[in-house]
Amino acid sequence: MRLSRRLQWYLIGIVVTMILMYLVSLAGLGVNRLIETGLLAMTPLALAAVGECLNEQAGTMNVGIEGIFLITSILGVYWAELLGSGFYGLLAGCASGALVGLMFGLICVYGKANQVVAGMGLNILALGLGPYLIMSFWAFPGMHIFPHELMFAPVYLRVADQYFILSPVTVAAIIIPILAYLLLTRTLLGIRIRAAGENPIAVDVAGVSVGRVRVLMCTVGAALAGLGGAFMSLGWFGTVVKEITAGRGFIALAAVVFSGLNPLLALVAAFIFGFSEGLAFTIVVSPGVKEVVPFYFVQMIPYAVTLLILAAIGGKRFPRALGRPYVRE
Amino acid sequence: MSGQLVARFRSVAESGVAVAIGIIAGGLIMLAFRYDPIRAYIALFTGAFGSVSGLLESLAFATPLMVSAVTFAVGVRASLFNIGAEGQAYVGAIGAIIVGGTVLLPPGVHPIAATVFAMCLGAAWALPAAILKIWRGVHEVVSTIMLNWIAFWLTTYLIRTYLGEPGRTERAIPALPTARYPVIGETLTAIIFVTVGFCLLVTILLWRTGIGFELRLVGDNPEAAKYAGASSSRAILVSFLVGGLAAGLAGATQILGRPPSWTLYATLGNVLNLGFDGIAVALIGRNHPIGGIFAAIFYGGLLHGGRFMEYQAGVASELVEAINGIIVIALAIPEIVAILRRRRES
Repeated sequence: MRLSRRLQWYLIGIVVTMILMYLVSLAGLGVNRLIETGLLAMTPLALAAVGECLNEQAGTMNVGIEGIFLITSILGVYWAELLGSGFYGLLAGCASGALVGLMFGLICVYGKANQVVAGMGLNILALGLGPYLIMSFWAFPGMHIFPHELMFAPVYLRVADQYFILSPVTVAAIIIPILAYLLLTRTLLGIRIRAAGENPIAVDVAGVSVGRVRVLMCTVGAALAGLGGAFMSLGWFGTVVKEITAGRGFIALAAVVFSGLNPLLALVAAFIFGFSEGLAFTIVVSPGVKEVVPFYFVQMIPYAVTLLILAAIGGKRFPRALGRPYVRE
Repeated sequence: MSGQLVARFRSVAESGVAVAIGIIAGGLIMLAFRYDPIRAYIALFTGAFGSVSGLLESLAFATPLMVSAVTFAVGVRASLFNIGAEGQAYVGAIGAIIVGGTVLLPPGVHPIAATVFAMCLGAAWALPAAILKIWRGVHEVVSTIMLNWIAFWLTTYLIRTYLGEPGRTERAIPALPTARYPVIGETLTAIIFVTVGFCLLVTILLWRTGIGFELRLVGDNPEAAKYAGASSSRAILVSFLVGGLAAGLAGATQILGRPPSWTLYATLGNVLNLGFDGIAVALIGRNHPIGGIFAAIFYGGLLHGGRFMEYQAGVASELVEAINGIIVIALAIPEIVAILRRRRES
């Protein structure tokens, strides 16, 4: 995590953003609207990616983010309706994410599971459990629209007589990566987390349980993904549909790969990916542009951007013990 | 030989335990929402395997799954996590529609040409992920999922624009009667022989040829493979291409070999989840193409029986997918059979 390398990536991020902005204004799209939707789309990606960075730093890999997104986006709405508040819904989403993460951590650490297979199993489980829950909770197949008052709505900001919407969760999604970065680099727990991923024997010899550190980080990581999932339904779309996640869990994984497990870079990646999604949303509603570019190609933008950026970045160095269960000799 | 037999028995036992865990957990999920699991499962299994028509229908469901499972299994054999069967199946289905629905060919040649074209398109869609993996080290889980979503929108676009059936915008042009495989019974067609044959061919490729040996060596022990002079790039490429052919075939089965529609809906409803179900089928079949055939029949039965469960016990048929996920998680835990055995001994 050398400073010069980090600066290089920040500069690339800023330049890419400026080019995008320029293209947007050329095409006659509203820049305001683009920033708003870009930030909304960034939020779940950033939360999940940072959580997964912490998780992978400790040595466990969870490719089931997509599944956690779907389950928590549904459970968040269920609890919001039960408790009568969108905010509690977000908290419940976060808590149910944590619960899923705890179970996943126990399976991986003490069951010594193959983490990629278990994570994929979690995705398949959610693929079925999601529609099943929607049907069981609301007796309607595949979708549910909840009362608008239960939205954890973004607030209106006034910047130089322009109105601009911003969700408090977005603010949290920007602060949490910074806190995570400080946790990893400036605290004792952070050293233990990184050592659990890099050299678990050393952690064990120092008298700290590798398993506990890993389960804790699995829980924290999934809790952040859960917050992101509940935000998608409660803070962004205002509905739950069974396809709500649309591959975002995997885009968050791509952000993790991009970041090389640095939470700040994960935020940058989430911003770029979120932005490309915001671009797609903005094009779809912009008169004059939407008639020229077919809707279906616009929908491909986030996935194509992710693929291109991955091709440019290539493979990165990951902790040595990542994905391997720790067995004491 | 007996050691091999014991190992084979153990892997079948592990699958059995995982399936049992999935079914019990599914029952618990039903109980949590006050459904009757016993009634639901009786409806499911008698619906799926209790009659000849049910069995034929279950086999029809199994037909695409046994080949989409090959995609994942061949990946795992080369230590890849290729989850791109989903998108490759969409593209394969489009390929089957292009040749099967818009080209005029004589009866015997037409289904073969359409199937081969579909398989080639599936392989072509797997190529970018293979190239990115070999050339840039991009993790295949992320790249294949992105390609799946691009395939989804591309396929929808093609159905809505160039390949739509005139007067019926909700679906593509159906395969011409000359391109259709003969119906055996219910919605099962002769294309099941093609998929079973493909599984057998892949088994021969993996265990009886040099390239298959190289592929498995790279997957089992990359260090040894390097010393033996095996090319990991070639192994990765072959694994992705064979997987793409298999997934393309899986997509084609739904067009050329599945009455009554013989076409693709714009929602992709009839090819959706073929790839993801294939992952579970491959894992239950212990990543062996022959094991995959049996696992596909089991899972095809769950899919078909799920409908009976829905209208006899009121349980949403999607629960089958959740059971599937639990089976996969259980199969990820290597210790599961060992733990059970130890408990019985103590």
